[in-house]
Amino acid sequence: MDLVIARPEGLYCPPGDFYIDPWRPVDRAVITHGHGDHARTGNRHYLTAEPGAGILRSRLGQDIDLQTLPYGERIRHHGVTLSLHPAGHVLGSAQVRLEYQGEIWVASGDYKVEPDGTCAAFEPVRCHTFITESTFGLPIYRWPSQANLFAGINAWWRSNCEQGKASVLFCYAFGKAQRILHGLDPDIGPILVHGAVEPLNRVYREAGVQLPATRYAGDVPRNDPLMRQALILAPPSAAGSSWMRRFGDYSDAFASGWMLLRGTRRRRGVDRGFVLSDHADWPGLLWAIGQTGAERVMVTHGSVNVLVRYLNEQGLDARAFVTEYGEEDDTPATEPEA
Amino acid sequence: MKAFAELYLRLDATTSSNAKLEALRDYFAAAPAEDAAWAVYFLAGGRPRQLVPTRMLRELATALAGLPDWLFEESYQAVGDLAETISLLLPEAAHASDHGLAYWVEAQLLPLRRLPAEEVRQRLTPLWAQLDRPSLMLCLKLITGSFRVGVSKLLVTRALAQLAGLDAKRVAQRLVGYTDISHRPTAASYLKLIAEASADEHNQRGGQPYPFFLAHALQAPPEQFDALLGPPADWQIEWKWDGIRAQVVKRDGQLWVWSRGEELVTERFPELHGLAASLPDGTVLDGEILVWKPGMDAGLPAVQPFAVLQQRLGRKTLGKKLLAEAPVVLQAYDLLEWHGEDWRNRPQHERRQQLQCLVAEYPLAPLLLSPLLDGNDWNDLARQREQSRNLGVEGLMLKQRDALYGVGRTKDMGLWWKWKIDPFSVDAVLIYAQRGHGRRASLYSDYTFAVWNAPPGTPDRALVPFAKAYSGLSDEEMRKVDAIIRKTTVETFGPVRSVTPTLVFELGFEGIALSRRHKSGIAVRFPRMLRWRLDKPVDEADDLASLQALLV
Repeated sequence: MDLVIARPEGLYCPPGDFYIDPWRPVDRAVITHGHGDHARTGNRHYLTAEPGAGILRSRLGQDIDLQTLPYGERIRHHGVTLSLHPAGHVLGSAQVRLEYQGEIWVASGDYKVEPDGTCAAFEPVRCHTFITESTFGLPIYRWPSQANLFAGINAWWRSNCEQGKASVLFCYAFGKAQRILHGLDPDIGPILVHGAVEPLNRVYREAGVQLPATRYAGDVPRNDPLMRQALILAPPSAAGSSWMRRFGDYSDAFASGWMLLRGTRRRRGVDRGFVLSDHADWPGLLWAIGQTGAERVMVTHGSVNVLVRYLNEQGLDARAFVTEYGEEDDTPATEPEA
Repeated sequence: MKAFAELYLRLDATTSSNAKLEALRDYFAAAPAEDAAWAVYFLAGGRPRQLVPTRMLRELATALAGLPDWLFEESYQAVGDLAETISLLLPEAAHASDHGLAYWVEAQLLPLRRLPAEEVRQRLTPLWAQLDRPSLMLCLKLITGSFRVGVSKLLVTRALAQLAGLDAKRVAQRLVGYTDISHRPTAASYLKLIAEASADEHNQRGGQPYPFFLAHALQAPPEQFDALLGPPADWQIEWKWDGIRAQVVKRDGQLWVWSRGEELVTERFPELHGLAASLPDGTVLDGEILVWKPGMDAGLPAVQPFAVLQQRLGRKTLGKKLLAEAPVVLQAYDLLEWHGEDWRNRPQHERRQQLQCLVAEYPLAPLLLSPLLDGNDWNDLARQREQSRNLGVEGLMLKQRDALYGVGRTKDMGLWWKWKIDPFSVDAVLIYAQRGHGRRASLYSDYTFAVWNAPPGTPDRALVPFAKAYSGLSDEEMRKVDAIIRKTTVETFGPVRSVTPTLVFELGFEGIALSRRHKSGIAVRFPRMLRWRLDKPVDEADDLASLQALLV
């Protein structure tokens, strides 16, 4: 029996009568993580992993009907045993393990296999059927080591400091920004953040994640000499806005897995692209799929066709699941949070 | 190789000219002369012939990466650049080779071209294993001849000039011909570029042409010309010829013909060889090479469409038949050197005067004098310009009477304007799309366009493809079109998607000719998108009859 099927409202578990990350309002929603394409408003009951509660409330409202579950703890609902396991993607992200009449399925949401210190590390879960994302499902995607990457970001910042220029680093406000903060060398200079970033920092700090001190960029007066030493974290939407004027002369950069390609980097029109993703790269996807021991793999958002064909050639039973997460098909023009 | 790869990364990491200039200066200040020689060559646009066939590179990389062919192809389609794709797929080397650029090019890469396939395969694997990712991508770009990094030749010139404390124009002059395929960069040739100025430099220039002076596009309406340009009398006005811009150099009893890309093309135009015997030594003419057939049907222009010249350029050997069918002339319009003296700092009208005397004195078969146009006012000239299509020219050239002959697209020594006629245009329907390259990588940005094969109302009429285009859209428009293509895909064959026809664009092109190679029977030149016709339903796009009407 299929424990998860694709319905117009979202991924649905028939015996349990609940949805996982539905994109239309439903009665019961299990949320894998707080990114906008997975956690939407309007559902009656929410269930999510305990460390993700703060994020979910800050994004969907303090008054949502939210039940939380510590990683690994099992509950039963209509005969389905459900537990949540770290996905290593962002704070509170979880894979959903479902067991019913001896059959085990795992829906992974979005995941990253390399630990990063800002959320619980990805934990492989044995199952019969694994539902995997495929955002970076091409062999060209192999991430550089995090040590090299942060050395690169710090070196860029330091060099801008020496030239008296502000360093503006664009990244998604939830997850990516906190990972960067965690890896920055705070001795180089002051760290300023955009108004969209600070509330999430607070949630991370409350969850016990160590982040260096940050200041709200709006509190620093224009032309303050401090700007020329500062690193500023801002969401991509701030690029080209009048908000940027306060920084005077600056160098800009963008942090995303898509920055691996020269073409996407140039299209962004920033000085530097840093290859930093909270998704698994190609080796990471294959490793994670292998670790589950699953014989059947359902592939969602990203390079669906590529990954399905490749896994089938490797002897697995792989199929496509149509979802509204991220974007469809191959590398999209407007990159999703990655 | 490492140092050059670092330079590449620095140049690639910035859009600021000053930052690029600084990166270039830093590199040249530190690089050994033999490496700098090759760096100048590649940065200034030099391309050795393809060293290894693309197919072999693909096969080898696919095997080394342990991937099925289709997955390599998918990867390539996402990246849009072969060298980059391979560098992303091969296992990464732990450390990079310490050998310099010159060693890599001369000892490792250039010899590959003459080797049997099996040996090339055996050599490439260990070569690639010595390079980290940035160096590997660079090495592959050199092998495929696709090295480009957003640095203009002018910028390289300025960097060298600043480094050597020379005038940039002098460096530009020395750099002419440096990237020609027959020239092999050496430490000595690099040191010559940055050497102190010497008195007899002018005498040692051999067959070197001068850097070409280039025109700017004039886009204002004629009503504004008086305010913008002053009276027509201040300008030397000619037709804008549609051929190959060339300099003909006669020195030391020998003749050289150089194209605007600073390639030596003497062998391609035997018709001009006779000039060697007649023109005096120390003569340099600037003009346009055109296929010219006078005395054909009355009323038809003697100049033949660019397509004819292009066909001739495509041939490896120039047979008698071809030379008879498509003979070329030099339509001369400037004189840059006369009796060994550099005339570029004399005003336009003075150079023209002397050019007229020269042509009168040497009435040679392949040498024509580009005629001047007269006009009472700009409106009069605008009317004459309307004749352009019938005459087989691209519009008018306006050259300041007092202009000196500048270097490249500069404005400080005088001005040349090109006042081109509007392109042909039709409204066409997008029917196929493919992902692009470079900045457009991963985006569906290369399109095939079609027109209807019959007028509106005809039952079962169909769309016939007639042109491919990829330029003309803003980034924003391209993103929107990309999203629509993904949503309206009907079928995919390999990298190509066919879509439900919903998008209409106004396509512009420079020339149109009958063609047996195209399904539509028509070939167009330089097609590009002029605008997205959001207002136009697919049914109202143009049909073949509208294209045929454009054929003169």
